[in-house]
Amino acid sequence: MTKDECKNAVIAIISDIAPDEDLSTLKPDVRLRDQLQLDSMDFLDIVMELRKRHGIEVPEADYPKLASLDSCAEYLTPKFNSLAAKS
Amino acid sequence: MGMNLSRIVITGVGLTAPNGNSLGEFRSHLLNGVAGVEWVEVRYMGRLPAGVCHFDPLRYQKKKELRVGTRAGSISIYCAREALADSGADFEARPKDRVGIYIGCTEHGNVETENEIYAISKFGYDTRFWSHYHNPRTVANNPAGEVSLHLGVTGPAYTIGAACAAGNLGLIHAAQMLRLGEVDFAICGGVSESVHTFGIFAGFKSQGALASHPDPRRASRPFDKARNGIVVSEGGCLYTLERLEDALARGARIYGEIAGYCVNSDASDYVLPNPTRQAECIRRAVAHAGLEPKDIHIVNTHATATPQGDIQECEAIRAVFGEGCPDTWVNNTKSFIGHCMGAAGALELAGNLPSFSDKVVHPTINVDDLDPLCSLPGLVLNLPKSVAKADTILNNSFGMLGINSTLIVRRYVA
Repeated sequence: MTKDECKNAVIAIISDIAPDEDLSTLKPDVRLRDQLQLDSMDFLDIVMELRKRHGIEVPEADYPKLASLDSCAEYLTPKFNSLAAKS
Repeated sequence: MGMNLSRIVITGVGLTAPNGNSLGEFRSHLLNGVAGVEWVEVRYMGRLPAGVCHFDPLRYQKKKELRVGTRAGSISIYCAREALADSGADFEARPKDRVGIYIGCTEHGNVETENEIYAISKFGYDTRFWSHYHNPRTVANNPAGEVSLHLGVTGPAYTIGAACAAGNLGLIHAAQMLRLGEVDFAICGGVSESVHTFGIFAGFKSQGALASHPDPRRASRPFDKARNGIVVSEGGCLYTLERLEDALARGARIYGEIAGYCVNSDASDYVLPNPTRQAECIRRAVAHAGLEPKDIHIVNTHATATPQGDIQECEAIRAVFGEGCPDTWVNNTKSFIGHCMGAAGALELAGNLPSFSDKVVHPTINVDDLDPLCSLPGLVLNLPKSVAKADTILNNSFGMLGINSTLIVRRYVA
């Protein structure tokens, strides 16, 4: 998986979590919570959907690494690839 | 503000029923014999008759609110917004800490709990997949809390758990809080999301009290000899209530006045009704309103079409009204919409309120063969009836664990 594909996987989750928002103008280097109306429960939804859809577990200590699309891609792409390698 | 024995009036109605999403549509269907029961697929149980509401939740809510909240919350928000619009009150200008939200519920949380258990069953019952929304969705105050969040109401907002008497309880409690001076404006009534929990269907089925019929529209048949149980329904009906002087000061349209009420308990059985206590509840409400039985023009029954429950309520009504009440007419709304549980009392009252202006009593439908044990003087069967007097409505709502409620609303006369 490339970093762009990883970002798309995250955007697909966010589009379900924040269905009223326009995601076409999301800036990858800006914190998601500064661009979207996301509260802490929504953030937990992202973690839950990563677990449900992709089997990825994000420990609480790593939550700050999901702050922006860029940081998500940085943190999650190796996890996606390591899961793909296992399967 | 201290205790205030003001008269309390209804100034707005918002509702969603299985056969109508506004008072006008609901009433028209009640006068034209249009039932709103349909087939639904119930998890683990298959196809069953049930009353489902078809309002558009996106009329007032964002998609995210719907994703996070509950069906009961959504029904409550729809009804609250409709009632506020109907009331003509300038809600934006009103101090939100002086508004109270009092919503009756039969039960809350079964739907959300069943959904979560079903969801984790797909992940080997691993509780890491249990939603972090479970607790805010299942707390007992959820429907009222969702309305307070949606409207920015900072006054008291809570639910009243009163089994199937809950719809009446919402109104009664609101009237009491207005008289106590706790709030200046109340949004109150009852809601139900019960068609989304298989447990309530399965529970009634195990109890031998779940309706079945080849035609779902004919499945809810109180007082008919062939009745065989309850049709489970969802729904909601919320009212705006105000002290009379406040309603008059803003030139509000007044639907009716809360004339009297009573809430009592059977203290006799978990599920079986008690006609002695029901009659006592009706009598006390009539006395509380300063009336006599012959002054009641419409009695809206609670009857749910269980073989025994209908007979017992008729016994209670017979004991109070007897033969000496020529202007008293009796009907039943569940025959059209099934049993809307926590919403039942509030919805069934709404269906009858227009009688103050059109002087027509809506019928009880689906009675092909009246059970002689349910025969009552003044029972309006199958076709609406024009009546000489329609100044008072007595609304019965009873529930499990032996809670009884009777609410009397009268035509507003200055």
